[in-house]
Amino acid sequence: MNWSKYSAPQAFYPLAGRLIPWFAVVAVALMGVGLYMGFFVAPTDFQQGESYRIIFVHVPAAWMSMFLYVVMAIWAGVGMGLNARLSFMMAQAIAPTGAMFTFLALLTGAMWGKPTWGAWWVWDARLTSELILLFQYAGVMLLRTSIDDMRRADRSSAVFSLVGVVNVPIIYFSVQWWNTLHQGASVSMSTGSKMAATMLMAMLIMTVAFWLYSIAVVLARVRCIVVERDSLPVWDEKPAVSQEVAEVR
Amino acid sequence: MLQAVGLSCRRGERRLFSDLNVKVEPGTLLAVVGENGSGKTSLLRIFSSLLPPEEGSVLWDGQDIHQLKELYAGQLTYLGHLNGIKDDLTPLENLMSATSLAGEPCSNNGAKEALEAIGLKRPIHHLPSKVLSQGQKRRVTLARLWLSTRPLWLLDEPFTSLDAASTSVVTQRLLAHVQRGGLAVLVTHQEVALPAERLQHLRLAG
Amino acid sequence: MNRSSMWEAVSGIIKRDLLLAMRRRSDAAMSVFFLVIVASLFPLGVGPEPAVLRTIGPGVLWVAALLACLLSLSRVFTADYVDGALEQMVLVPQPLAVLVAGKVFAHWLISGLPVVLLSPLLGLQFGLDGDPLGVLALSLLLGTPTLSMIGAIGAALVLGVRGSGLLVALLVLPLYVPVLIFGAGAVTGSMAGVGGEANLSLLGASLVLSLFLAPWATAAAIRIALE
Repeated sequence: MNWSKYSAPQAFYPLAGRLIPWFAVVAVALMGVGLYMGFFVAPTDFQQGESYRIIFVHVPAAWMSMFLYVVMAIWAGVGMGLNARLSFMMAQAIAPTGAMFTFLALLTGAMWGKPTWGAWWVWDARLTSELILLFQYAGVMLLRTSIDDMRRADRSSAVFSLVGVVNVPIIYFSVQWWNTLHQGASVSMSTGSKMAATMLMAMLIMTVAFWLYSIAVVLARVRCIVVERDSLPVWDEKPAVSQEVAEVR
Repeated sequence: MLQAVGLSCRRGERRLFSDLNVKVEPGTLLAVVGENGSGKTSLLRIFSSLLPPEEGSVLWDGQDIHQLKELYAGQLTYLGHLNGIKDDLTPLENLMSATSLAGEPCSNNGAKEALEAIGLKRPIHHLPSKVLSQGQKRRVTLARLWLSTRPLWLLDEPFTSLDAASTSVVTQRLLAHVQRGGLAVLVTHQEVALPAERLQHLRLAG
Repeated sequence: MNRSSMWEAVSGIIKRDLLLAMRRRSDAAMSVFFLVIVASLFPLGVGPEPAVLRTIGPGVLWVAALLACLLSLSRVFTADYVDGALEQMVLVPQPLAVLVAGKVFAHWLISGLPVVLLSPLLGLQFGLDGDPLGVLALSLLLGTPTLSMIGAIGAALVLGVRGSGLLVALLVLPLYVPVLIFGAGAVTGSMAGVGGEANLSLLGASLVLSLFLAPWATAAAIRIALE
């Protein structure tokens, strides 16, 4: 099978259409299994009671939020390097899903924080990093929507994604550093207790489910982007107008 | 030799031209003509390497200009439709900073002579450029042609807002350039008064 | 192209920008005035309690300096973009990233350095004295060039984009977080008596990293903006 032919958006479009249902179905099934294990099978935590169970959503969402940012930056880099339209479309399609997972991680973090720390928001190092990551996702998306010219929008947001991906680890480190200086929250989610095998299993299943969900949603979004850009009059294979374009006198 | 091979260009949603082939030999000038919006300026920007073509390539002595990069920039003088003149600097300062940035620094006297050659008298040299007229500013920009030793000149509407006398001075300068074996590409609405054997036209259809 | 002609082009840019700043001194004065005004607003909002002011001082001064740098950023490339000088800069037979670094350096001399020089005076307003004042100035001396370098990327990305003033803030502020943490941390550390060395070295490391990476990203962004 020659995969390179799918790098053309038109060839990719039907392939994506065929793949989406499979990813979606498996994602939903795994999510069901993971949530069941997390909420009903996994043992109650002796320190934090039942409230810890939100980590089965929180931790996978936080992982995905960072992972997707890196994937987005990789697509952006590939797009810049190879000047490939589909890569830019992938980067564009990933941003909203990544932002959604970042937001989900923040939301579930707050839900966990209230019973644990007694406050909806604590300047915990991880939560703060997630918040800044959300700002960066917002930056990528806002930059894209502010630029009318599609080519420039693609390339500018690609540059910003790449700058961001260099910055994310630095930000993470600096926030950790800041947190130790200011002696932030002492209870941290992953160190709360030793993890039972079922807990780890449930978390991994949820991560895989989120992964497949992201693929399905991103593919669907890329299809929309292809249609959106494709409908522009210029972008078809035959010359748009059969005119004599240049004549040398 | 400057050569365009199978160039096509799209701006936003409009395809401006496609599969454009043209050759500019040393000692000749290519005048790009056509209606507004036909892609003349885009073509010049593609030649300058500012704008990558959608398809095709531009070759300088047989090599792709996007591979030559800075080497190609060292071959050309590009004057766009914007003057790049700072209102707060004098014509003399503007000219000297532009040439030193381009890597062809000139002496104070050299700059003054260039300005005089294009008809800007000495008292004007030390006024802030904001008091100059549009045509005078254009002339400050064009004075660079008297200081340029680069083989390839790319000029976007050089005659805009110039009077008849200045137009003919600039034309004389262009003639001297091509007679020395230089190349030039001009985007223009006006006829260029050069001998026919040195002049080639490219008409872009809108 | 040899090294000396590269240096000539870079120093040419720096000289021209400094000359322009001399002709328009009000531009350079603006970011300093902004810093003074913002720093003076906080005691008015928080109250004149010396203990409170001492606590928030490092953070407030650093945030104010950061905002001052941010506001002046929109001027780095905009004028050149509008009048066509930026096109000429891209078509110079020298690496664009090096020219960009020169231009950002000139911009820092005009709008960043005055902020550094004025900061000890503002520190007095917040009840800082002795060592912390010196550390404040030193941290800004190391930090503000980094802010200019990172900010230039944002400024180049939004050239000619509508609503660019606000957009550049949204893009750049998250990237400023580490510098803010290290900078304010250095001052706080020296006030607490643990010294600011660790934070200052991190600031230095950030500066080196930004000097190496940011000009390339800025150059790429400029090329994209000019297409």
